[in-house]
Amino acid sequence: MAKVLLMQGNQACAEGAIAAGVKFFAGYPITPSTEIAESLAKRLPQVGGKFIQMEDEIASMAAIIGASLTGKKVLTATSGPGFSLKQELIGYAAITETPVVIANVQRVGPSTGQPTAAAQGDVMQARWGTHGDHPIIALTPASVPECFSLTIKAYEMSEKYRVPVIFLMDEVIGHMREKIELPDYSEVKQPCRKAPAAPSADYQAYKPDQDLVPPMAAFGQGYRYHVTGLVHDETGFPNGSPAATAKLLKRLHEKIENHLDDIVLYEEYRLEDADTAIIAYGGTARSAYAAIDMAREQGIKAGMFRMITMWPFPDKQIAKLATKVKNIVVAEMNYGQVVGEVKRVVEGKAPVKLVAKYDSDPISPKELLQVLGGR
Amino acid sequence: MEKLVEKYFRPRLPHIWCPGCGNGIVTGAIVKAIDKLGLNQDETVIVSGIGCSSRASGYLNFDTVHSAHGRALPVATGVKLSEPRLNVIVVTGDGDSTAIGGNHFIHAARRNINLTVVLYNNNIYGMTGGQYSPLTPSHSIATTAPYGTLERPFDVPELAKAAGATFVARSTAFHTQLLVDVIAQGIAHDGFSLIEAVTQCPIYNGRQNKLGDAPTMMKWQRDHAVNVEAAKKMTPEQLAGKFLIGVLHKSEAPEYTKQYDDLVIANAQKGAK
Repeated sequence: MAKVLLMQGNQACAEGAIAAGVKFFAGYPITPSTEIAESLAKRLPQVGGKFIQMEDEIASMAAIIGASLTGKKVLTATSGPGFSLKQELIGYAAITETPVVIANVQRVGPSTGQPTAAAQGDVMQARWGTHGDHPIIALTPASVPECFSLTIKAYEMSEKYRVPVIFLMDEVIGHMREKIELPDYSEVKQPCRKAPAAPSADYQAYKPDQDLVPPMAAFGQGYRYHVTGLVHDETGFPNGSPAATAKLLKRLHEKIENHLDDIVLYEEYRLEDADTAIIAYGGTARSAYAAIDMAREQGIKAGMFRMITMWPFPDKQIAKLATKVKNIVVAEMNYGQVVGEVKRVVEGKAPVKLVAKYDSDPISPKELLQVLGGR
Repeated sequence: MEKLVEKYFRPRLPHIWCPGCGNGIVTGAIVKAIDKLGLNQDETVIVSGIGCSSRASGYLNFDTVHSAHGRALPVATGVKLSEPRLNVIVVTGDGDSTAIGGNHFIHAARRNINLTVVLYNNNIYGMTGGQYSPLTPSHSIATTAPYGTLERPFDVPELAKAAGATFVARSTAFHTQLLVDVIAQGIAHDGFSLIEAVTQCPIYNGRQNKLGDAPTMMKWQRDHAVNVEAAKKMTPEQLAGKFLIGVLHKSEAPEYTKQYDDLVIANAQKGAK
């Protein structure tokens, strides 16, 4: 039976992880993500899972990779400086195709910045934080209930495509309390990675199926396979030839690019007849809902394209949007990150205006209303 | 040994180590220890970091991880805590485990999690061509210390013991029987085990410091290592310039994964349902 509760976004993320069947969390305390760790320290052992507070952010990221190799669904949670520290191993998870979910509750940066202040400044770090070319999926929730449901979605994608998923939250959503209806977890379909057939001498750990994703064996089941951060071929062993390098990197990208329709999530709000589209995400989207409703009351035709999948970027959807509206407004709590991507995709088909705020206060509905020409 | 090679090594030889390197001897000792204990090969995981020693994982026929530089121990912690039935052996080098991975090293020891760490100590960064490590003796020459190192090396067994390791031993590439024996004891020990394996790097350490070729470096190991039992009857003067080998420390403390099950999970589930 569903339970109706008042809950914080961070706690809802933790509950989403429990509902998805997560059995391992390793983390290091950092504001404003700490409640995710605190919730799971209590909840995981109740469901037979393991929680460990590691000595640092890097160790936490390493530990969830180790646990994922034993077949478990895993989570770590962090914020700004911690997210920076985890980057090398996020790349390791990408090249070894180890499913992991990393919740990053963004705070003002760079450096220690403002630990308890709202920001959306890690959009580009989520995509390009680690070195080299690699695919990534980043999802961004805009409400407490969505923290729950989208966390489950993060596991669906991570397990299905064997890719690190960044759960890109912001402080507004992480610390906000809201009503949530939690389902009976036994009714939640558990995301699960594709397993290979029985162990055999022919097993090739990185030989992909048609969907470009290789089935993944768990450690301890007799497959005896090798996992390395070096460029490797389908056997899983290092192979630094140009051909093997290009083949691996291309497949890593294409296993995501070929499934954009499954991966790219978004919401269209009052866009049917809109002249102006606000593109917003996370905590900023909440102000956009209110601003659009106020604008509509004043006869201004405004709507929102809310990004849920941040990466891969919704190129196709935003390009289409640019042909339907007269103006695009990008609202974000940073100096301007998503706006660059929007301009790239729009290619001049519509004017793109940026509403950027980076003073640690969220963008208010009033501020957006003014941009829309309302009072 | 031929039978052991067939059973425990993947058909990927020859290895990439330099002529005269002791890493093959240490890796062979690990395999002999595993065989001696009769570990289930499908339930044994080898985790390594980055560096010469850490390439061993790729040659061994188990579930193996060649992880990131310095991160073998936290990866191994994730494997062991999430699946305690697995035997987890960590293969690491002096730079990997005591420089970039130094923090993980002391914390894994502090937790007393049941991992066996075989630390190949060749006193140098070999893979990157001879830079000084935290275990390079003071005043040695390295490519990054052309006038000699100023830093004092760690005494790894003392470091591990102080951090809380419950089994600490040392042997050398020369003392292979003892090496097999202490690795086997470490694997059998229920807690964090550290085995320092002193090994020679004739190419990058030996040449720079005029330590001679591989046999000469191994003779140095023979002449400077003193068994801990024999040392008890020796005077400080006799022990000057020598290092101890054998089991250097053994103690009892609760093992982390068992405690997790017995205390954390038991408490969390008390009264539930």
